Amino acid sequence: MEYFLELFLGGLTRGSIYALIALGYTMVYGIIELINFAHGEIYMIGAFTALIVASVLTLFGLNQIAILVLASITAVIYSAAYGFTVEKIAYKPLRHAQRLSPLISAIGMSIFLQNYVLLAQTSDFLPFPSLIPDFEFWEAYSHIIGSAELVILITTTIVMILLTFLIKFTKIGKAMRATAQDRNMAMLVGVNVNQVISMTFIIGSALAAVGGVLIASHIGMINFYIGFIAGIKAFTAAVLGGIGSIPGAVLGSLVLGLTESFATGYVSSDYEDVFAFALLVLILIFRPAGILGRSTTQKV
Amino acid sequence: MEPILDVKKLTMDFGGLRAMDHLDLDVMEKEIVALIGPNGAGKTTFFNCITGIYTPTKGDILISPPGKTRERINGLKPNHITEKGMARTFQNIRLFPNMSVLENVMIGRHCRLNSGVIGAVVKGKSTIREEKAVVEDSYKILEKIGLAEYVNETAKNLPYGAQRRLEIARAMATEPFLILLDEPAAGMNPQETRELEELIKKIRDVEGLSVLLIEHDMKIVMSLSDRIFVMDYGKKIAQGTPDEIKNNPVVIKAYLGEEVDA
Amino acid sequence: MIKFSEIKKSFLVSLWFMFLTFPIMVIRVNPIEKTVQWRWRNMMIIGIGSFLLSFVWRFMLERKESGQKKADVFGIHKISFIQRILQEPKIYIPLLIVTGVFAIVFPFIFSAYQTNIMITALMYVMLGLGLNIVVGLAGLLDLGYVAFYAVGAYSYALLNYHFGLGFWTVLPIGAVLGVIFGILLGFPVLRLRGDYLAIVTLGFGEIIRLILENWNEFSFGPSGIANIPRPGFFGIEFSLQSATNYIYYMMIGLTLFTIFVVNRLQNSRIGRAWMALREDEVACQAMGIDKTKTKLTAFALGATWAGMVGVIFAAKTTFINPASFTFLESAMILSIVVIGGMGSIIGVVIGALILILLPEYLRAFSDYRMMLFGAILVIMMVFRPQGIISNVRRTYKFQGKQQ
Ligand SMILES: Nc1ncnc2c1ncn2[C@@H]1O[C@H](COP(=O)(O)OP(=O)(O)OP(=O)(O)O)[C@@H](O)[C@H]1O
Ligand SMILES: [Mg+2]
Repeated sequence: MEYFLELFLGGLTRGSIYALIALGYTMVYGIIELINFAHGEIYMIGAFTALIVASVLTLFGLNQIAILVLASITAVIYSAAYGFTVEKIAYKPLRHAQRLSPLISAIGMSIFLQNYVLLAQTSDFLPFPSLIPDFEFWEAYSHIIGSAELVILITTTIVMILLTFLIKFTKIGKAMRATAQDRNMAMLVGVNVNQVISMTFIIGSALAAVGGVLIASHIGMINFYIGFIAGIKAFTAAVLGGIGSIPGAVLGSLVLGLTESFATGYVSSDYEDVFAFALLVLILIFRPAGILGRSTTQKV
Repeated sequence: MEPILDVKKLTMDFGGLRAMDHLDLDVMEKEIVALIGPNGAGKTTFFNCITGIYTPTKGDILISPPGKTRERINGLKPNHITEKGMARTFQNIRLFPNMSVLENVMIGRHCRLNSGVIGAVVKGKSTIREEKAVVEDSYKILEKIGLAEYVNETAKNLPYGAQRRLEIARAMATEPFLILLDEPAAGMNPQETRELEELIKKIRDVEGLSVLLIEHDMKIVMSLSDRIFVMDYGKKIAQGTPDEIKNNPVVIKAYLGEEVDA
Repeated sequence: MIKFSEIKKSFLVSLWFMFLTFPIMVIRVNPIEKTVQWRWRNMMIIGIGSFLLSFVWRFMLERKESGQKKADVFGIHKISFIQRILQEPKIYIPLLIVTGVFAIVFPFIFSAYQTNIMITALMYVMLGLGLNIVVGLAGLLDLGYVAFYAVGAYSYALLNYHFGLGFWTVLPIGAVLGVIFGILLGFPVLRLRGDYLAIVTLGFGEIIRLILENWNEFSFGPSGIANIPRPGFFGIEFSLQSATNYIYYMMIGLTLFTIFVVNRLQNSRIGRAWMALREDEVACQAMGIDKTKTKLTAFALGATWAGMVGVIFAAKTTFINPASFTFLESAMILSIVVIGGMGSIIGVVIGALILILLPEYLRAFSDYRMMLFGAILVIMMVFRPQGIISNVRRTYKFQGKQQ
């Protein structure tokens, strides 16, 4: 029973990280119908930035909490900046191109960013400082869920609530929803669509950075390639929930996290990634609209 | 005589929206039938249902191609329906934009040809003969439709009116017994419209096909059609000869606010 | 004269990029030794580089837009310089002869090392032409193409290991296995929309690689399979040098064969259907083309070449392991098709030669190879989606009928 609980909470933690990344996929897809293949790399860059900032600040001898906060903020800012720039370079000129062009461009961007970090930094795995402290009051329960995992769950929940507020009640949130529903109509009623798209990339990338910092300090190691696998998995989660749907992305992520956790816990850990890929293939084949998505007839 | 197309109680729902509601419609051999109605009435949806692009929620679609037995074609894939002899054009032109005009028509011939992968690679006698025939046949169709001057032009570079005609040529190439035209005159100038009218007449009189026509230009509709069906909000509100329709108060009411220049 | 506002724009762009690349380009930390290295020179390079590149970028964008407008208004479609050369028999026939002679004498002029590189390049020409059927002609973005390549390579390695089958026996088997896998994987995914198809094929590719990595009893896991025999020639044993030459000539032959077949396919009923499918799926079906069957044919035929080249790869390197079959390999082949010009045979040949040979000969570049591929994909999509050599439509002549 305890093993089950451990796997369950581990799955939730995993899932909530996926959710932070999956939201970026789903929001971008909702607005411009593009699979932002480079999104995983934005997450990786977030983790790298945090690592670099944290290492420099450690040399300056700051205390751990200050480092955690500063590193996270820098990571969020940089990821957002990268997301914004990637959109401007690789997607904006292709707004009216054939459907596959932006996707190929996105794949190119993803490969470019991976190798950019590889060349500018290193191909080795770097140890990531465990920024999240071990709380003493949590000691008694830490065999079931560690304090790092607890922090991940809490942070994710807070971020989700903030995001919901942003989308439901702010002006930009409303503009985003309008654009997602009907871009031309939104343009007619005076929504600045370019701005909305940029904003979507910025928010999505910032969320991915939060995910990057949390997972990196949890697992304790990063390299230039972590974005690829995490990206595919988060994308799987987004599709599983119904791409374009924000609650769907969260739900899909939790389902994927739990599936992986139980599958590796009870079946075999060798095939950890195969489970995710297989799940992706199966959903797309049998229910491409996802759990919360509605299947529609393409208008002719 | 049996109608070559007989549609019964055809219904199409999109989520909660009923775009077409128990529609009955029939077309006889060598007849030009028009389907009219205000914007959003469900006319294109009707075409999409009977050509297999949408799967209708309810209803029956029966065809009796000349010289063949009657059969039900609900749920068939679009390509099978085209093979059976119903070909269409699209309201928002859907040519193969980067292929040449001739190739566009050659695609229409596809379902009447046989050569496969092996044939393509080995290029035996029958393949060569077939390829030669398809080029010539396609060219002949272009001549008939009046597009011969554009043979090697890339489709997307054609003037608008010519693109609409090319859609018709492509549909003709599939050897249909019934051709479905979705607003063929849309965006054409008066000169082009007149030529189109001639062409549609020719398709019926010379080629011997039946035509089902969606059109907003009432002049064409009234002068060409043998019979007219009128739709509004997915329902059939009237049917009859052009004269009957012109004087039908229900039709006039549906069109109120829209000009009826008949 | 460059306007001041342009300079200001580029200046801002350059500032932005210096900010953007600051942590990753300038700082390098060594968390183990706890040292930090500051590389300010990189910042300067980025600053100047992005300042200049932003001019080029804007210039190219403007040129592309004005070019499009011109084409829209006048219906002109410029035929590029290269295409004009290729259509002029006085030029292309001598060119072909020179290339042919060069290809024949290549192993005698250059070292075995160079010949080996050329063999690799030719393998990528074949892979590119195969993928070109799927992506370029049929418009199906297949990101898992490497899976079929792996199928070919492992089928030779394993069939040889267990049953001692020779290269020439397995070559057709590899092709057939490619077809079978193409159909097996293709069948469920082909009704998906374009971008989903891309992701699912990527998923399949990774699944196959992960299985090869983890199923030790079957594939010998990450350590791979060694001592795979080179292709034989009626039982004659070759020295390493002549084995290389032998493979080289075999590759020339197979490449010509591939070009021949792909060219025939492209100009056939099936080839036209593929192109139509790429242009407009709905219209294609409405014209009586069976979408699933046509897509499946493209997928399976594309996989055939990957299966065949896989066998050759195993025979050439005599050692394979799953690390050779990553997503990056698929991406590389895709770059070849994209840079060459989707749907254009000569384009793909040139694309493969450029992308494989350039990094080999410009050693300085070889580290930047993958980064370059990524950048090429983006730049080509933004500025020249039709590739270096766009696919020109064949023209037909009708005697006396045309003015
Ligand atoms: N695939 C679809 N999904 C959802 N709604 C659809 C779809 N196709 C059509 N509709 C809806 O069905 C209704 C009828 O549309 P349809 O295109 O058939 O009208 P129409 O009579 O052809 O109009 P028009 O004269 O403007 O071409 C419209 O309200 C339209 O929005
Ligand atoms: Mg319509």
